[in-house]
Amino acid sequence: MADGSTNDLKKTALYDRHVAAGGRIVEFGGYALPVQYAGIVAEHNHTRQAASLFDVSHMGQVVVTGPDHATTIKALETITPADLASLAPGEMRYTVLLNANGGIEDDLIITRPAKGQAEDGVMLMVVNAARKAHDLRFMQEALEGVVRFELRADLSLIALQGPRAVEVLAKHTALAEQLGFMQAGPTEIGGIKANISRSGYTGEDGFEISIANGDAEAVFDLLVADPLVEPAGLGARDSLRLEAGLCLYGHDMDDTIDPVSASLLFAIGKRRRTEGGFTGADKVLAVIADGPAKKRVGIQFEGRQPVREGAELVDAEGKSLGTVTSGTFAPTAQASIAMGYVPAELATPGQPVVAMVRGKAIAGTIAKTPFVPQRYVRKTN
Amino acid sequence: MTTRYTQDHEYIRLEGNIGIVGISNYAQEQLGDIVFVELPAIGATFKKGDEAAVVESVKAASEIYAPASGKVVEINDALSDEPGLINSDPANGGWIFKIEVSDSGELDSLMDEAAYADHTA
Repeated sequence: MADGSTNDLKKTALYDRHVAAGGRIVEFGGYALPVQYAGIVAEHNHTRQAASLFDVSHMGQVVVTGPDHATTIKALETITPADLASLAPGEMRYTVLLNANGGIEDDLIITRPAKGQAEDGVMLMVVNAARKAHDLRFMQEALEGVVRFELRADLSLIALQGPRAVEVLAKHTALAEQLGFMQAGPTEIGGIKANISRSGYTGEDGFEISIANGDAEAVFDLLVADPLVEPAGLGARDSLRLEAGLCLYGHDMDDTIDPVSASLLFAIGKRRRTEGGFTGADKVLAVIADGPAKKRVGIQFEGRQPVREGAELVDAEGKSLGTVTSGTFAPTAQASIAMGYVPAELATPGQPVVAMVRGKAIAGTIAKTPFVPQRYVRKTN
Repeated sequence: MTTRYTQDHEYIRLEGNIGIVGISNYAQEQLGDIVFVELPAIGATFKKGDEAAVVESVKAASEIYAPASGKVVEINDALSDEPGLINSDPANGGWIFKIEVSDSGELDSLMDEAAYADHTA
């Protein structure tokens, strides 16, 4: 039960704040981060009811620089299947980094800077902590001499998430109310320069705030001082994203799984589905045309018993169907929920499925995701 | 009435030859919110150190080992609907099972209150 030593791990600029706030520190993606402060369920519920502050500085903030916008977009469209050309200034898009087999090397968010925020030819990325070194190598190799990638280790990233996040942030910047879901721009928070976006990983409305490491404590202190805000750790982040039906790289998909099988078709732009022209396009477009053999689905189980990653899924006769990739007892859904892979012909809501946990059969059904309605605030330009 | 603790943070409180088994306050704090408890079957027999139950938080599943050999005579059914009793009242309402201890001498090798306090310090 004892936590392993966290001495050799990297620390974010907010490490001392986590310790001071009573955070229980664990290893995640090579970093020492709090899994919880007050308790996972309390933090989960607070995020759904008010606003929580998460330190996500372990994630990789990458600046992509090319000679001009068109060149940078063209380059990035060779390694991702997103329609990046259609991004207006200050808009962001979720997509995946693909290998030659159409497997997902990582999932990421790509942002086109707002007008005047950066030089022409610059795009911004946020990639997973455990993949950032890998992603940099992979992207640099693929686009050598065309665009440059720079990992901004000098920046911190904090996420303010919850239905009252906008109310909290609007006390410090008018941009909070102006942005819609998946829109971003530069501003100041308490006189500190910040790039904010209306985005997150909880299914709630909320913001991600990028600031210099040296400013992280000041911004954290300012936001956490708001009576609506409590700090939240990785545990709540995981249960919130699972309820929201959002994938976790390395668990719900990896470099052997294509985005169609991972039920991430929305990460592939419509134009790209006909044009192709991205790494692994032949494989991915063939899966779109023929249909995938297996598919990522949501599953809801009877009773309270959690069905976790690695549990085998079987049919009524006990024949193996696939594997659970994430699962827990969900605090808001008040149900045992999971994601996993099943044969595509069974990947429809209502289909019965059985999970084996410690030799015991647990009955469930394929469920629609998200398990808890997403509450994004969309605005069109 | 003596309470003894294992290295793995189970407690056993002996009342006659019946041992009441649960997890320590320290353990429940470490685990966080308990969302599910897999209870043993009444009548099941365990040797000291056998896996007897599983306690699950949002984050992880933790095995509960029998602190002494014996036969399960009662289980705390209240935990099926209210597993959080282990968090709110680990020593009393959050007990997990009762075991008819076959050799109370086995408890001598477990920690008493003071030794356990040192163990978790």
